[in-house]
Amino acid sequence: MPIVVETLDNGTARLGIGSGMTIYEAAGLKADLLRAVAEHPELDIDLSEVAELDTAGLQLLVLAKREAVKAGHVLRLSGHSGPVREVLGLYRMESYFGDPVVLPAD
Amino acid sequence: MNFDAAIQSYIAESRELLDTMEQSLMALENGEGDDDLIHAIFRAAHTIKGTGGIFGFDPIVHFTHDVESLLDRLRGGLLALDDNIVALLLRSCDHIRSLLEPVTAGEALDAELVEQGRALLGGLARYLGDGGGPERAAPADVPVPVEEPTAEPVGGGTASADHWHISLRFGRDVLRNGMDPLSFLRYLAQLGELVDVATLTDALPEPPEMDPESCYLGFEIGLRSGAEREQIEGAFEFVRDDCAIRILPPHSKVSEYIQLIQELPEDTVRLGEILVGSKALTQVELDWGLKLQVDEERVAAAGGAEHHRLLGEILVEEAVVPAKVVSAALDKQQQIKERKASENRFIRVEAEKLDQLVDLVGELVIAGANTQLLAHQAGAVEVIESAANLFRLVEELRNRALGLQMVQIGSTLQRFQRVVRDVGKELGKQVELFISGGETELDKSVIEQIGDPLMHLVRNALDHGIEPAAERLAKGKPEKARVELNAYHESGSIVIEVADDGRGLDRDKILAKAVSRGLVGPGQNLPDGEVYNLIFEPGFSTADSISNLSGRGVGMDVVRRNVEALRGHVQLHSQLGSGTKVRIRLPLTLAIIDGFLVGLGPARYVIPMDMLVECLEHSGEDRAKAIREGYLNVRGKVLPILRLSEVLGVETPKVRRESVVVVRFGELTAGLVVDELLGEFQTVIKPLGALFGHLAPIGGSTILGSGEVALIIDVPGLLRRVQQHQHSQHGQTVSRALAATA
Repeated sequence: MPIVVETLDNGTARLGIGSGMTIYEAAGLKADLLRAVAEHPELDIDLSEVAELDTAGLQLLVLAKREAVKAGHVLRLSGHSGPVREVLGLYRMESYFGDPVVLPAD
Repeated sequence: MNFDAAIQSYIAESRELLDTMEQSLMALENGEGDDDLIHAIFRAAHTIKGTGGIFGFDPIVHFTHDVESLLDRLRGGLLALDDNIVALLLRSCDHIRSLLEPVTAGEALDAELVEQGRALLGGLARYLGDGGGPERAAPADVPVPVEEPTAEPVGGGTASADHWHISLRFGRDVLRNGMDPLSFLRYLAQLGELVDVATLTDALPEPPEMDPESCYLGFEIGLRSGAEREQIEGAFEFVRDDCAIRILPPHSKVSEYIQLIQELPEDTVRLGEILVGSKALTQVELDWGLKLQVDEERVAAAGGAEHHRLLGEILVEEAVVPAKVVSAALDKQQQIKERKASENRFIRVEAEKLDQLVDLVGELVIAGANTQLLAHQAGAVEVIESAANLFRLVEELRNRALGLQMVQIGSTLQRFQRVVRDVGKELGKQVELFISGGETELDKSVIEQIGDPLMHLVRNALDHGIEPAAERLAKGKPEKARVELNAYHESGSIVIEVADDGRGLDRDKILAKAVSRGLVGPGQNLPDGEVYNLIFEPGFSTADSISNLSGRGVGMDVVRRNVEALRGHVQLHSQLGSGTKVRIRLPLTLAIIDGFLVGLGPARYVIPMDMLVECLEHSGEDRAKAIREGYLNVRGKVLPILRLSEVLGVETPKVRRESVVVVRFGELTAGLVVDELLGEFQTVIKPLGALFGHLAPIGGSTILGSGEVALIIDVPGLLRRVQQHQHSQHGQTVSRALAATA
């Protein structure tokens, strides 16, 4: 599973997700995501590499966010890729996660 | 959606709103003018129209629309309020009120009503100019075609004509089957504009149970689209089997939205907000709908009524058949159901049946007392306990049975606001009506019969009591006269007062008139109260002029007759120059009372508990004096006493210790000397035959648990008789004493 957790200088953990966040990867992603959320009080999920996001993937993000809030942890989504923006937009879920979505200049 | 209950609550709510409108209009007329009142009136009219529209009550919607338009112009300051407009609006309220019944029952309007409506619309149109209403430009006299009752949410008028609402709850296996909700949204986005999408994640379970390959999402979607239903439905063709899909086409009834909300698993308030947010509903409609739903549930809970949905409704809601197709058929069925509803929800019961029930409960009380007595005699603890339990239930049953007949007097009194206004206008007098004690309860049958006498009294007060404005000002009174209606309970009776601050009764004039009519001998000296009572004599009128309203000398005698038929009585207090107060005193209820059992020799008598003040011991020292003088000194106050045996004319053997039972009715108090005090007792009044009606101050009889008969003392009758009849020396003393305590 191409999932990488690194710790940044300011102590925030950063989790990079590979290109796929779909039903095919979901089973593996679920465990990794939840573990990362549980272990790191402050976690940044980098979505810049995500080339494919479907409803299964989105559900995992929702689950992760909910668990983080429940545990009093901070979970941020960042670097929304185009496909991520499209899904969040269609589902009108931007405000659910509450992260700034940066639109690329092009 | 339970339409029966909904329509009933519509009628009830509309009536209340109309009352509000009337009251606000009258307040406006009295110069309490502020914008809030106009807003309140507008809102009331708006709600009546809006809700009426949801049900498809076109005649009401049609008429109320113009009323609303007029109000809107007033509200917007385009039109200044004057008396003519207020009068027109008041008449419009009356008209809407009279429309309610036939329209909701689906009946055709009779010619008179139609004509009345036309005339009023004509009147309204004069103020409307050609601007018409704020929302509908159709001229007032074009007949509104009969539409299906799926009128667009009229309430706020904000739902646009092509607004679809789609509610989706995806099945768990959708993703596994290779379908993604995203693709449905993308498809819908092509059909039109996604006005609002609310993604619901509530169904997402806790992490251990969450299967990453299952779908847990739901959506509430507002779609603006001119697409056909088929097209929209087509999007979901492959998932129809494992998804809950509800499609509400444009112009869906608010009730359907509400039902949608209720049926979905998520929180009602939140879904409501979503719908409002997506502009499918306005807040007003949502609130109304939810309230309706609550009412309905309450009704269902109370009546235990099974809620049957019409097949058509189910079809529409499951999106199988377009609403239009079904609605015609629904209409038909609804009409039939509506009729049934008005029969079912409020049951009209013959008064006689209720009486029979109360009678039967009465028998039960007697039988229960008997059982209790026997249980005590048998001395078996379990039986005593069981009997006590039973009796407690019987007592409760009795209270409930009597409660069935009790209603608040408020609405009856409120009705006089309008009477005072109309009559005041007619007479050119400024009068304000003050009402207090509206929450006082009394027997339904009594309320029904008290309306007419009150009407007479109020009209009399306005016509004769209140002076013309000029005269009032000359006397230094405020120009605006004051009439009061006041109700309260007093020792087991209800008292209703009608008071005015008018000119009062002229004692000398009444007396002179009475002498000229031969009712009173010349030179006969009468106390004030009795002089005033003369105006209750048939054909007695002192009015100098005969007006439209009163002064013909009929009325007051009818008032007295009606009140006395209810076992009540009328009293009149007046002060020349400062006003008149008529006090009507009525018994609260009829059939069953709490009584106090007393013994006189071997016989038993019942004194109604609510007239009993206290019991005193009658010691030997006082006794001789009391017998001689006819009254006792009770804590420094004079208490006239009566020997019950003497009043009833029965001989009883002397007993060593007598007791005094102090009774009170209205302003009269007296002590009754009895041999024995036997305690409280629930009493069922068995009327005595007409033969015994005039015998003695006996109000009826009852049967004791032991099977013995006990007579019920008619305390008011007793006190009055003693006051009136002054033939015996004893009586005279008592009467004087009575007067002293009054």
